[in-house]
Amino acid sequence: MTLPPFLRRWETLLLAMLVLIAGANMAATPFYLGVGNIVNLFQLEIEKIIVALMMTLIIINGEIDLSVASVMGLAACVAAYLFHAGWPMPVALLAALASGALAGAINGFWTAYVGLPSLAVTLAGLIGYRGIARILVEDRAYGGFPDWFNALGQQPQFGPLTVSIVIFVVMFAIMAVVLHRSILGRLVYVMGNNLQAARYSGVRVKRVKLLLFIASGAIAALAGLLYAARLGSVRGDMAVGFELDIITIVLLGGVSIFGGSGNLLGVGLSILVILNLRNGMGLADITGNTQTSVIGALLILSVLLPNMAQAVHTKWKGRET
Amino acid sequence: MRWLQRHIRPEQVREFSLLLLIVLAVLIFGSLIDGYYTSRTFNRIAASVAIITVVAVGQTLVVLTRGIDLSVGSIVGCTAYFAGAMIAAHKGMSPILAVLIAVALGTLMGAINGVLVAFGRVPPIIVTLGSLAIFRGILIDYSGAKTVTTDSLPSWLIDLPRLTFVTIGNLDIRAMFALAVAIVVLFQLGTSFLNAGRQFYAMGSNPDAAHLIGLPTRRIQFSAFVLSGALSGLAGFMFLARFGSITVEAARGLELQVVAAVVVGGVNIFGGSGTVVGAMLGAIMIGTLEQSLFRLQISEFWRDAILGLLILLAVASDAVILDRLRALWARTDLKLVSTAAPEAER
Repeated sequence: MTLPPFLRRWETLLLAMLVLIAGANMAATPFYLGVGNIVNLFQLEIEKIIVALMMTLIIINGEIDLSVASVMGLAACVAAYLFHAGWPMPVALLAALASGALAGAINGFWTAYVGLPSLAVTLAGLIGYRGIARILVEDRAYGGFPDWFNALGQQPQFGPLTVSIVIFVVMFAIMAVVLHRSILGRLVYVMGNNLQAARYSGVRVKRVKLLLFIASGAIAALAGLLYAARLGSVRGDMAVGFELDIITIVLLGGVSIFGGSGNLLGVGLSILVILNLRNGMGLADITGNTQTSVIGALLILSVLLPNMAQAVHTKWKGRET
Repeated sequence: MRWLQRHIRPEQVREFSLLLLIVLAVLIFGSLIDGYYTSRTFNRIAASVAIITVVAVGQTLVVLTRGIDLSVGSIVGCTAYFAGAMIAAHKGMSPILAVLIAVALGTLMGAINGVLVAFGRVPPIIVTLGSLAIFRGILIDYSGAKTVTTDSLPSWLIDLPRLTFVTIGNLDIRAMFALAVAIVVLFQLGTSFLNAGRQFYAMGSNPDAAHLIGLPTRRIQFSAFVLSGALSGLAGFMFLARFGSITVEAARGLELQVVAAVVVGGVNIFGGSGTVVGAMLGAIMIGTLEQSLFRLQISEFWRDAILGLLILLAVASDAVILDRLRALWARTDLKLVSTAAPEAER
């Protein structure tokens, strides 16, 4: 028995999962399909899913960036610190974005040019950038930002949509074009599949890697600022532990942790699956911790089940011949 | 030089330099802080190092086999909480039984990770990322967000952290630190001289080759995760004894400190090289910095930034300096071979 190719694709499984979850949610509560709930569903995790898009490129490239959550915190703290030191808010925001790009450049330099494993470099970044954020704000909480900044994260600006959601949609489109329709995107895959082959074919692997890490830092910084705008206040420990959720989204989307395979369609579906699952469980009064456990289990099962199916299939074939 | 090269491996040079760095750090802190060289400072550092070290030994075994165990923080939290709740409910429970319960629970959790990695063929980072969330979720749900409090625990457990194993001069070596050192010695000997221990290195250096020469690669991977779980369970008991009151958030984020200790200690994150003693030195380095910066009162907020920098330097020196050393060692080996070869022809 062989399944037609499109049924064996990872995205099909995710789509089936999504339909199942959405169906269960619709059956469980009448509020699910309301515009308010759908916006809310995105809004609650919007910063994570923005960062997850760039993380997709990083992981396909065969690297990992554990420092994103710390860069989110760092950018928010830089903006808050400079604003309260008397800088105008737009300048403070630009400086925060620059700090994120700089953090990414540091990660990229050590990974691409010195050749250290990105897991170790960005682990150091995870601890170190958080440390810099803590030095800036210590144990204070900064609030009192201009109203237009808070409105960015809290109020619907485009019909029922917030700025964050619009940024996510635009970024998804840009990432899809870059990854699947541009030379840079092909290089990301080629390097993830075989770095040596890419280097010998004349790809400037170091420059591409550096660029990816800078983009990852800058986008994480942007997400951190949006998070600050949504919360209306900044603390040293904001966004702690987000990196795990972000990586979970990407891996559930069928992106191989070893690099070289996966696509943005899968990650988009995985985002929808996780958001709807959390939303449905939230509407059914299941606490955040149980939600996290369920998503953890989903992550493991998403790799385990295809592996087991493969093993059974191989055994079955062996018996026939 | 040649004599040196024959008796010392590059990895040992690295461990020695880490040891020098620790001594240097202690000397610098000693000149900055009044009354630094006291047994109180030592005990404070030793208490935090002991727990990290025990977990780091297990983590080292997993990293050696090209894995990573991110669930250790959740395992330590779970075992600390459940052992605490169990002891609080049965005051007369014997200490040995309490330790066994913690270790058994940790072993079970490690075995779950191990089965999924070794027999389910799921990459370690995915399995332990998932079980990090699952174990913590189980803890929060089953505990009903209640806290194990110090006054609900029997006095032998509360007094355990201050129990002295041996006194050298005016330094009291606490039993918990002695236990950590004993575990390091045991596992260092095991990984150096036992067949089963060398298999971790073989597996991590080249999994395909290890499989081809008939090593049970799945079983090796499985046992690394089981040992990591068991040691985390033991560390959970030590955590309970040290802090007394355990919330559901206990030991959250410990996995990062442990991985940091392992990486600073020179264990290669891609597997195959590094030692248990190195991991302990890494833990001591981090523990010394943490506690001393705290005493220095510049600002505890500087701690993380310095720690991050330290990890980066450790990894960079590992890549740059150690590669040079290895090349130097290899070159000398080549020379020895080429000078020996003509004689053999004759």
